[in-house]
Parts: sequence; C-alpha cells; structure tokens
Amino acid sequence: MDIKKNVGNEQLELVLSGRLDTNTAVELEQEIKSIEGIKSLVLNLKDLEYISSAGLRVILMAHKKMRASSGTMLIKHPNDVVMEVFDMTGFNDILKIEK
Amino acid sequence: MRELVVPAINDNLDKVVDFVGAFLQETQFQNKQIIQVSIAVEEIFINIASYAYAPDVGSAKIICRLEGSKAIIGFVDSGKPYNPLLSNDPDVTQSAEQRGVGGLGVFMVKNLMDNINYKYEDGKNILIIEKNII
Repeated sequence: MDIKKNVGNEQLELVLSGRLDTNTAVELEQEIKSIEGIKSLVLNLKDLEYISSAGLRVILMAHKKMRASSGTMLIKHPNDVVMEVFDMTGFNDILKIEK
Repeated sequence: MRELVVPAINDNLDKVVDFVGAFLQETQFQNKQIIQVSIAVEEIFINIASYAYAPDVGSAKIICRLEGSKAIIGFVDSGKPYNPLLSNDPDVTQSAEQRGVGGLGVFMVKNLMDNINYKYEDGKNILIIEKNII
C-alpha cells in the first residue's frame, strides 16, 4: 500500500492505494496516530484495491479519534468490493462515505 | 491443482494472496470476485499465523483447484484445533463506540464466499472455502 498526503489548513487528505491489509494497516495506524490539529480528515480510497478486517479496525480508530477531537472524517470513492465490505460489516452506518 | 506451503507468519501474507490470485486469474473469474476471494484468503491465513501455533511458528498449506465453475481453496495447518465457524458473528449494527475489534474477519469470509467447511483430521485443521464463478 502507498499513502499520499495532501495537507491543507486543518485539513488532511490521505490517498490510499493498493491493499489495506494486516501488514499495511500498521502504516495507516501510524499516520492516524500522528495526526494533530486536523479538523477535516479525508480518506480517499479511489485507488484502494481491497480492505481486510485489520484495515477496518484502523478506519474505526480514525473515526473515533476525529470524533473525540470534534473533527470530521470522510471516506471518498471506495471501489465496489471495499463498499461491499463497509456494507456487510455495518461500517456504512458508522462512516460518512461519498461514492 | 496447485499447492503452496509456507511458514504461517504475517510476512508471507502477500505471497499467499498473490498465489491464490494468480491461480484465479487463469480462470473465468472476474477481478471483482478475485478481490473478494483475496480478502477471505487474508483473513484465514492471518488467523492461522496469529493463533494456530502461537507462540511457536508452524507451516500452512494452501491448495487451489477448480471444480466445474467453482474454485475450491483449502487451508491446512497442524496447529491447535480451531473451528472458526463456531465463533459468534459480531453485531454489525453496533455504534462505533460499542464496537469491539474481534470477530469481523471470519464474518467477512462467510459473507464473501459461497461455501465454507471445517474439519479436524489426523491432527490437522482443514478449512475449505468455495467461490462460484458468476
């Protein structure tokens, strides 16, 4: 997986590509943990091939972190399979997702 | 039929997912279905890597074959007996705050695959998942 960062004023977009799996979820977790002073976090998944349960855990962590700091998190452009995973796990009810 | 035997450790995840993916790519499976199977393969392999032999390391065998319009993928390990099908499904209607971190993986495998079977035989865990070509 590759993570590209677009930083704005209190905004951060992380563009994820490849597989968000057990091993790469650790990299995303480090990125999320290092976030400070961000009010708007966007996870752009347009180039993300797939997500496993380990990836879901990190996304849930990011969601909680942004909520705890009164910020927002938006998931953008998941592919069909990633969206299917969000739907089957109920994450579609928790997350704000823009298709 | 194709077989891969690797030490069941997280570092071999890509090798295992790519092995199954390469097999499916030679069939009539479309990319979307191959990705669905890839996720299931990861969840099962990581379970073996995390729990089957812990704290030691053992091997996992992955077997792929095509039967008609159905792919059959088997996972064999000689670790502790563990039937993942007996684990309870998570409550996917819970809010973010209520959610635990466990149980999602097996639940996803059940949803992504058309069939899943487990047996313990001759000291081996044998988990078989199936996917029909659409």
